Amino acid sequence: MFNNLSDKLDKAFHVLKGHGSITEINVAETLKEVRRALLDADVNYKIAKDFTAKVKDEAIGQDVLTTLNPGQLMVKIVKDELAQLMGGEASGINLSGNPSIILMSGLQGSGKTTFSGKLALFLKNKKSKQPLLVACDVYRPAAINQLKVVGEQIGVEVYTEEDNKNPVEIAQNAIKYAKANGKNTVIIDTAGRLAVDEEMMNEISNIHKAIQPQETLFVVDSMTGQDAVNTAKAFNDILNFDGVILTKLDGDTRGGAALSIKSVVNKPIKFIGTGEKMEAIDIFYPERMAERILGMGDVISLVERA
Amino acid sequence: EKSSSSFLNKLSKAIVGKSKVDDEVLDDLEEILIASDVGVDTTLKIVERIEKRVAQDKYFGTDELNKILREEITTLLIESEKGGNIDSVDSLPKPYVIMVVGVNGVGKTTTIGKLAAQFKKEGKSVVLGAGDTFRAAAIDQLQIWADRVGVTLIRQNMGSDPASVAYDTVQSAVKQNADVVIIDTAGRLHNKVNLMNELSKIKRVMQKIKPDLPNEVLLVLDGSTGQNAFEQAKQFTKATEVTALAITKLDGTAKGGVVIGISDQFQIPVKYIGVGEGIDDLQMFDKVEFVDSFFK
Ligand SMILES: Nc1nc2c(ncn2[C@@H]2O[C@H](COP(=O)(O)OP(=O)(O)OP(=O)(O)O)[C@@H](O)[C@H]2O)c(=O)[nH]1
Ligand SMILES: Nc1nc2c(ncn2[C@@H]2O[C@H](COP(=O)(O)OP(=O)(O)OP(=O)(O)O)[C@@H](O)[C@H]2O)c(=O)[nH]1
Ligand SMILES: [Mg+2]
Ligand SMILES: [Mg+2]
Repeated sequence: MFNNLSDKLDKAFHVLKGHGSITEINVAETLKEVRRALLDADVNYKIAKDFTAKVKDEAIGQDVLTTLNPGQLMVKIVKDELAQLMGGEASGINLSGNPSIILMSGLQGSGKTTFSGKLALFLKNKKSKQPLLVACDVYRPAAINQLKVVGEQIGVEVYTEEDNKNPVEIAQNAIKYAKANGKNTVIIDTAGRLAVDEEMMNEISNIHKAIQPQETLFVVDSMTGQDAVNTAKAFNDILNFDGVILTKLDGDTRGGAALSIKSVVNKPIKFIGTGEKMEAIDIFYPERMAERILGMGDVISLVERA
Repeated sequence: EKSSSSFLNKLSKAIVGKSKVDDEVLDDLEEILIASDVGVDTTLKIVERIEKRVAQDKYFGTDELNKILREEITTLLIESEKGGNIDSVDSLPKPYVIMVVGVNGVGKTTTIGKLAAQFKKEGKSVVLGAGDTFRAAAIDQLQIWADRVGVTLIRQNMGSDPASVAYDTVQSAVKQNADVVIIDTAGRLHNKVNLMNELSKIKRVMQKIKPDLPNEVLLVLDGSTGQNAFEQAKQFTKATEVTALAITKLDGTAKGGVVIGISDQFQIPVKYIGVGEGIDDLQMFDKVEFVDSFFK
C-alpha cells in the first residue's frame, strides 16, 4: 500500500534527465503525483492544492545537482516543506498552574479516555507529578468505570461523582479536591461529541470557561478523513485549544489529517498515541509524520515501538 | 458550502448542446467526491462514467442529469441481500449468529446495543456475548446496553479467552432456543497479526457448535474514517470473511464516501448506518439517500 513516491517521482522526471533545473513544465507531472499522494493520505483536498502550489514555487528554478536525481530532490523539497508545516517551535505541555489543569476534548471514540490515562502515567513517571484523573463523561455507558479501571492500572487516583450529571460541577469539585489533597495536575476526561451538536459543544465550552485550563487538548483519530478540518475548526472556534493529540498511529494509516488540522488551526501536535497500552505514548516528530504522509513510511518503527 | 442545486445547475448549463462535460464542472464533481472521502481512484472512475454517459446521450435536462449522476455512483454500491435484515428475521437460521468486528472506537458495542433493540422490537429473543475481554470496562459497557434493551448477556471475567466467551454464548442461545446472537469483539487495528488471528479463532470455535457459524460478520466502519477504511475492509475480510458493513457516526459532518469504493471492490453490502448514540439511532442503509448527502 505504501507505494514509493520517490519511484513515481523518478518516473515523472524521466523526461527531463539532462535538463539543468526544475522548470514549470517538468514540475507539473510531479506535483500531480504529490497531490495524489496527499489525497491518498487523507490530506484535505483544498490543503493539498495549496500545498502543491507552494511546493511549486519552492521548486521552480532550483538547480538539479548532477549527483542527486531530480526525483529525490523533489521529494526532499516536498518533505522539508511538509515537515516545516507540521512542526514549528517544539511545545511541551504547560504545567504552570497549581494545580495545572488539562482538559480533553474530541469526537466520540477518538481516544480521549485512553489518552487521559497515558498522559497521567507520563506526567507521574517522567515529570514526577501527582496527577488526578477526573471523570466528566456522564453519558457513555460505563465511561466512568472505564476511567476508574485505567486509573487503577496506572496507580493514579480518579475523581468521580457517580450521581452527578453536571460535568461543570464535577470538574470544579475535582479541582477543589485536588487542591485539598496535594494533587498538582488535574486531567479532565470528557464525553465524545460531534462538532454539530450544539448542546454538547455548549457544554464543553461551559466546562472550559468554568475551570480555565492551562492546557486544552484536542484528541483526534489519525485515521480521520476529509472531515478532520471541519471538526478541528469547530472545536478550535469554541475552545481555542492549545494542542492536538494524534491517536492510533500504531495502525497503517498515512495520517494526512495531521497536516489538515495543523494547516487549518495552526496548533502544535503535542503527543501521539501508538497503542492501547498505557505506555503507548510518544512525542510528535514532524519529520517522521511528513515521511509517513508521503508514503515513505515510518510505519515499521512505529509498529515496533507499540 | 456548495448546494446540490448550484452544482447541478452548473453541470447542466455546462453540457447543454455539448457532447463533453466542461473540465471545470468535472473538477467540481471531483472536489465534491474527494471531500466526501470517496478517494481518488473511485472518484476518477465515477467522473469517467459521467463523461461517457454525456458523450453517449448528448442532451440532458437537469432532472435527468441529477438522476444519472446518482445512478452512476450508486451502481458501485452493492445492494444488501434480503437475508439477515431485521425485517426478514423469520426466514433466518436459528440462532442467527452475528459477529461484530472493527478497529478501535468505531462504534461496535453501541451498534450491537442498537441492533439488539431492533431485533427485540421485532419480537425476537436476543443473546449478546461479551467478547471484548480486553478494553477497560468493555464488559460493563455492553452489560448496560443489554440491561437497557432487556436482553441476556453472556460474559466471563476480564482477560478471559474471547473465543471461549463466544462459544458459551452460542451454546447458551441454542439451549434457550434464542433467535439471534450478537458477539462483541475488542477493537483491533488490522495490521496486528496476532489480534487478527484471534478473530479467526473466535470464528473457528463457534463452528464447533455449527459449521456455518457465524451467519454474519458485520464490519463496523467509522463514517469519518478516510482511505484507511480500505485496508480495514481488506484485512478484516481476510481474517473473517466479512459479509456486511455498518457505517457509524453519520450524524456528524463526515460523509463516509470511502464505502463506495469498498463496496465496489470487495462486493460487501452496506447494511446499517449509525446516526447517533441513542438506542434508536440505527437505520437500514439507503443508497440513494447516502449519495444525496454528498451534494447537500
Ligand atoms: N491501537 C490503538 N488504540 C487506541 C489508541 N488510543 C485509544 N485506543 C483505543 O480506541 C478505543 C477508543 O478509545 P477511548 O479512549 O475509549 O476513546 P474516547 O475518545 O474516550 O471515546 P468516547 O469517550 O466514547 O468518546 C479503545 O478501544 C482504545 O483502546 C491508540 O493510540 N492505539
Ligand atoms: N454520534 C455518534 N456516536 C456514536 C455512534 N456510534 C457509536 N458512537 C459513539 O462512539 C463511541 C465509541 O463507541 P463504542 O461502541 O464504544 O465503539 P467500539 O467500536 O465498541 O470501541 P472499542 O470496543 O473500544 O473498540 C461512543 O462514545 C459511542 O457513543 C453514532 O452512530 N453516532
Ligand atoms: Mg471516553
Ligand atoms: Mg466495544
